[in-house]
Amino acid sequence: MTEGGESGPMIRVALPYHLRTLGKIEGAEVPLEVAAPVTVKRVLDALEARYPMLAGTIREHGTGQRRAFMRIFACEEDWSHQGMDAELPEAVAAGREPLLILGAIAGGW
Amino acid sequence: MSSVRVLVGTRKGAFILNSDGKRKDWKVSGPFFAGWEIYHMKGSTVDPNRLFASQSSSWSGQVVQRSDDGGATWTPVNNNFAYASVPGTHQWYDGTPHPWEFKRVWHFEPSLTDADTVFAGVEDAALFKSTDAGATWEELKGLREHGTGPQWQPGAGGMCLHTVILDPSNAERMYIAISAAGAFRTDDGGKSWKPINRGLRSQYIPDPNAEVGHCVHHVAMHGARPNVLFMQKHWDVMRSDDAGDNWHEVSGNLPTDFGFVIDVHAHEPETVFVVPIKSDAEHFVPDGKLRVFRSKTGGNEWEALERGLPQKDCYVNVLRDAMAVDRLDECGVYFGTSGGQVYASADAGDSWTPIVRDLPGVLSVEVQTLA
Repeated sequence: MTEGGESGPMIRVALPYHLRTLGKIEGAEVPLEVAAPVTVKRVLDALEARYPMLAGTIREHGTGQRRAFMRIFACEEDWSHQGMDAELPEAVAAGREPLLILGAIAGGW
Repeated sequence: MSSVRVLVGTRKGAFILNSDGKRKDWKVSGPFFAGWEIYHMKGSTVDPNRLFASQSSSWSGQVVQRSDDGGATWTPVNNNFAYASVPGTHQWYDGTPHPWEFKRVWHFEPSLTDADTVFAGVEDAALFKSTDAGATWEELKGLREHGTGPQWQPGAGGMCLHTVILDPSNAERMYIAISAAGAFRTDDGGKSWKPINRGLRSQYIPDPNAEVGHCVHHVAMHGARPNVLFMQKHWDVMRSDDAGDNWHEVSGNLPTDFGFVIDVHAHEPETVFVVPIKSDAEHFVPDGKLRVFRSKTGGNEWEALERGLPQKDCYVNVLRDAMAVDRLDECGVYFGTSGGQVYASADAGDSWTPIVRDLPGVLSVEVQTLA
């Protein structure tokens, strides 16, 4: 339910493979109910409430900052540097577009 | 009939290797947590079905997994390792102050008396304790705050607390080791700590005899002789007969005294195993030969064990937590390589057989001896 007591649109969150596996999440997207204004912080709050094992894997414990190699995209825009409290595009808040959380293509071995 | 369960952490997942007491036929299970680095897995001696695994990645950080059924199923538990006080700074590689930052768990050490209690050695170096099987973690901050912390400096692998040894005869005594700070001991259950590095000599640091700053790679102890410690330092194999108060070198006739692993025979406290590595510049075995060296005299006199191990064109490393011994009547010895092989000896090192040859690079090996 939203803060006004009405059911809001479901936010769609797309997670990388390893986090879907860790959370035992089936399907490509997680639907979440998030009260307006919809921000990355509020989406992650809702995600971690539903999947506690994901706490600390996208944003750091303590500081709440995005982990360096995790990236966030909304409506084909890199939202990674917008800040956790920036309001997400209306299309994401309305559930027409997913919020994409990705692992950076950072090489490794 | 007794059996053994070997817990293998690799760069791309965990594997569990099971065999009966003959240790000839093995069942390989896994990968668990595929694609993640598994720095360490270890089981409780109180409840052997309780296992802890350190799962991490550069992308998603630290996850802690617990199994209560011997590794058949796993549950993520708390991964929040918050330093108990303002962490302050340690030295960075260039000697400048650098803030303490949690990166990963290098080692889990389950309590010898309580299946719900486990210690975690982490990077940046600190020791955490859980008394609720991983549901919460609390730092034993007396280690980081005892006074020398600002002088600690990371080794090439990071500033990691990689060794935790519990004294079976004294619940208040514990040893830990940090790269590159050295070894430390508590005699009051973790409240207060002191460096135990007297006798270590490291020519690569400004004061070769400094109280801290030594790159200790691993320490091993036999439970029946808890005051005797064996250490593989960056260079030098060392021994202490007084609970770490003083150390002396026992490298003896080793072809090189650089290395990472060291362990002690389950039933012979003076029988010690190491795997010499060519140098700190070339992290592979010397002469293309994979050889374990065994001393039956507590050091100084070492014999090469090579039967069943590759003796040409071999260039693997064996990392600090990648050797373990079982407790069967004829002591089994196990180690894993950077090339993904896990070797087992069912005769205390006289002969070796690969259990598996083609795993991802091995980070850690532990073994459980099951009734």
